[in-house]
Amino acid sequence: MTVTDDRPAPPAETPRRRPNPVLALLRNSWRQLTSMRTALVLLFLLAIAAIPGSVLPQRGVNPEDVRDYFVAYPDLAPVLDRLGAFDAFGSVWFSAIYLLLFTSLVGCITPRLREHVRALRSKPPAAPKRLDRLPQHTVFAAPAGGAPAIAAVLRRHRWRVAVRGDEVSAEKGYLKETGNLLFHASLVVVLVGVALGSWYGWSGNRVLVAGADNAFCNTQQQYAETSFGPQVASADLPRFCLQLDDFEARFLESNGQPEFFNAKVTVDENGGTPRPAEFSVNSPLRLDGANVYLLGHGYAPVVRYTDRFGRSQTSPNPFLSTGDIGLTGEGLAAFPDANVDPATGERDPELQVAFSGLYLPTAPQQAPFVRSEFPTERNPLLNLVAYRGNLGLDAGIPGSVYKLDQRQVDAGRVKEVGTKLLQVGEVWTLDDGTTLEFLGTEPYIVLSVRHDPGSTLLLISSGTLLLGLMGSLFGRRRRVFFRVRPADPAGESSTPGSSLVDAGGLPRVDHPGFADEFTRLVAAVSGAGRRADPDGPAGARVGAE
Amino acid sequence: MSVLSDQLVTFSILAYLVAMVVHAVEYALGNARVRVAPPARELVGAGVGAARGAGSGPEPTVRAATAAQRTAAQRTAARARMAGLGAVAVTVLAALLHLGALIARGVAADRMPWGNMYEFVLTVSFIGVASWFVVLWKRPTLRRLGLLLTLVMVLLVATAELLLYTPIVPLVPALNSYWFIIHVATIVFSSGIFLLGVVPACAYLMRAGYEQGRRSFPYLLAKRMPAAAALERLTFRLHAFSFPIFTFAVIAGAIWAEAAWGRAWGWDPKEIWAFISWVVYAGYLHARATPSVKRNVATWLAILGFLTVMMNLFGVNIFFEGLHSYGGLD
Repeated sequence: MTVTDDRPAPPAETPRRRPNPVLALLRNSWRQLTSMRTALVLLFLLAIAAIPGSVLPQRGVNPEDVRDYFVAYPDLAPVLDRLGAFDAFGSVWFSAIYLLLFTSLVGCITPRLREHVRALRSKPPAAPKRLDRLPQHTVFAAPAGGAPAIAAVLRRHRWRVAVRGDEVSAEKGYLKETGNLLFHASLVVVLVGVALGSWYGWSGNRVLVAGADNAFCNTQQQYAETSFGPQVASADLPRFCLQLDDFEARFLESNGQPEFFNAKVTVDENGGTPRPAEFSVNSPLRLDGANVYLLGHGYAPVVRYTDRFGRSQTSPNPFLSTGDIGLTGEGLAAFPDANVDPATGERDPELQVAFSGLYLPTAPQQAPFVRSEFPTERNPLLNLVAYRGNLGLDAGIPGSVYKLDQRQVDAGRVKEVGTKLLQVGEVWTLDDGTTLEFLGTEPYIVLSVRHDPGSTLLLISSGTLLLGLMGSLFGRRRRVFFRVRPADPAGESSTPGSSLVDAGGLPRVDHPGFADEFTRLVAAVSGAGRRADPDGPAGARVGAE
Repeated sequence: MSVLSDQLVTFSILAYLVAMVVHAVEYALGNARVRVAPPARELVGAGVGAARGAGSGPEPTVRAATAAQRTAAQRTAARARMAGLGAVAVTVLAALLHLGALIARGVAADRMPWGNMYEFVLTVSFIGVASWFVVLWKRPTLRRLGLLLTLVMVLLVATAELLLYTPIVPLVPALNSYWFIIHVATIVFSSGIFLLGVVPACAYLMRAGYEQGRRSFPYLLAKRMPAAAALERLTFRLHAFSFPIFTFAVIAGAIWAEAAWGRAWGWDPKEIWAFISWVVYAGYLHARATPSVKRNVATWLAILGFLTVMMNLFGVNIFFEGLHSYGGLD
């Protein structure tokens, strides 16, 4: 037996029940949620909730900083992480606030939309009885033609007019509410655009070294880091291949500040014929279904290692910029397959070799050789440390290809076997007779390849948002009423028998210029019937307040 | 040119300082109870570019009062008026020097003078003072706000000169885009108006307290400020004018960010604080449109909004590392 069985069955038995408390609670909560006060509190909360995202490092912006934060605050960081503080804008609390806010917004604008459509389709309301109670009021001699003539003048001034017998009601400024609704509706569409982008969008970052051997094709494995929306599969990626042919960078002579970047590439889309293309900062390469952005650049020293068996391997190794103006690069040249005995084919992990260190495009004249003085290659110098031993690459643990696995060094499995400064063309002979030759460098670029299907929608909705905002801020809804009546026998100066017009004006919003507009409108209306009268508008008497 | 610009900045700070002192003299001499300015003008000022003969109510009373009281107090008031006009004249001079400094800087750098924090603050404060002249032209009765405004100008321009000064360098490639002009110009413009908007907002809060009979420290300062209602309305109109421009600037920034960094919005610290400012100002506009929210609560929101703008300008450049790191300070 369930609880529901206990309920009084047919509603017909008790026609006037007390309202369902659950429904009442829901209704009240809904009213509370859609009230302006709640919306304001939510807006304020939204602003506050955005602050942690700017104070704490964010995974989406800079994952390295988050890692550093974990190292710096080992106790605090995991707690913050559980609270979602390192992904603040995707966290439960941030989402809860904006979802509530948008629910409140929709709940607020839907009835207003209905109301506004009704207002747009209906006539301006009938004039109130006492026009002298309105903020603007005046009495003037009726123009010839009476109410229809007044209505004609108002229509010419682009008012919406309703004539009811001797009364004219007119309203203007519907744009305010239209704009207001458009603005709020656009906000909802913006959110939809953002959602589309995060569900169906994807992005990948990687380094691309110049040269045909280093070209890449657009697959998920080709990226160092990727971020895929939940609705995107690896197979959805558009097909293209990209090869960096040349990279040009110009810098200021005085301080090395970058001035100009340009990447020349060969693109091969959907298996078509390869075509040349160029892109730069601020002008991405726009491909079918993906855009390619230039995020950074640097140098990849090309080194040739000749092992104990006389076999040599050549590789360009992108040395990542350390962030200084001189473009000092930090990187690793690893040779895990070195010293394989050609006779047995046996691989001795203890004889793996790696070189870690700095690349200085313009090395200083004297030590220390740790910081480049200029971003172009005026005095290129490799400052390397050689390591031998098990590099730990076979363990299958994902590690950085730009840094030596420090755990292997700490554990003594990799040993330092020498340091050396190398200029281009220089050969370094290690203690075991193997050699490393510095052949030169290739430029590399850091790419971000992205696809955001929501961006067009975002652009359009931002445009309508702005239009709506302006309409809502600068539009002013106001009403005027005119009532033609026979002149009061005890009236001031009017000739008995002629008609007077009572006019009233009601600004629906704060509108400091309304008094003037009303005066001008009354002047136009009263002058309409008698153009010959030189001082027509002077007859208007305006009562302020 | 660069040296000329630096000297002009120094002179304009001095001129703002002089304007502030002269405004203070006006303030000290002036008596809000005896109005010396022609009443017709005051009333016109209260409307927007009003039809001149519109108001006739209070005029005779004021005239009667002035006729009856041609006393020493009147002469002092006349002097106050002179001082006020003089202060405006000096402010104009300071603004011209300020503009000259900006132009010289732009010519020396061969680009718009908005490339780093120093130039940004100089330009924003210039927009603020230029908009002040527009307000003053439309509503001469608000002249006494000039005291607060020149104080703000002295503080901002001197901060720029003493703490933020950066030698001229060309733009980094990321800034080399026509979006630089669109995005930064609109941000500068709207920030300038927000800056101006915070002046009547503060004055309103003091004046409203004074009008409610409070005579303690900050409220008493507003004894000779313009009427609270006029200040409040000016605050709103400045913000209502600036908010769409700021919105446009943020949208333009998003469009630029899409081209430069591959995403329209990435929660960079600058973007976060622009978002916060936007939300707070949106809150202000909503609060002001809601009758149940008190006007001074709404006005506090406007001031809070400006604080977030300042946070974005100074705080984010100095404390946070982000893509918008063009402050030029090391």
